[in-house]
Amino acid sequence: MALTKAEVAEHLFEKVGLSKRDAKDMVECFFEQIRETLEKGEQVKLSGFGNFDIREKSERPGRNPKTGEDIPISARRVVTFRPGQKLKSRVESGNSDK
Amino acid sequence: MTKSELIEILADKLSHLSAKDVEIAVKEILEMMAQTLSKGDRIEIRGFGSFSLHYRAPRIGRNPKTGESVELAGKYVPHFKPGKELRERVNEAMA
Repeated sequence: MALTKAEVAEHLFEKVGLSKRDAKDMVECFFEQIRETLEKGEQVKLSGFGNFDIREKSERPGRNPKTGEDIPISARRVVTFRPGQKLKSRVESGNSDK
Repeated sequence: MTKSELIEILADKLSHLSAKDVEIAVKEILEMMAQTLSKGDRIEIRGFGSFSLHYRAPRIGRNPKTGESVELAGKYVPHFKPGKELRERVNEAMA
């Protein structure tokens, strides 16, 4: 089962003791603040977890997969996530039996 | 923006909460996300994005110092796919 905002808020209510309302606001503001920072073109570094970076992609040739028509993919700005060493090793060891 | 800057900004915005509670909450959120991925589960945050695991097949690596071959086992690595709102907001800000 995938982790969602509702479950994160429930956890903050149970474990941190925030009210349900505050827990929900907290989760909402947490992700919104990261979005706003990235929107400004600024990197987000969450130590122990990873970094969200902004990359500028230049235009490249593409194709409409349905029609086969050549259409250039316009220049754009994208978000990439680079997991930190700690997260990578936790994920690797936690899933080594799969 | 670093984690401590994020905590400061959120403490400012959620001024009715104590700075300590905001700090604990931010750390709990990140810990919960890390635990979820460590268990092999996905994270789905609408408007932000999803985190899942990608499998890396076993391969023969090389010690760059000695040139010696080493067998590397298959492993899972975290992967983030930005959601529609995040993608659009970041890209529109470019224009």
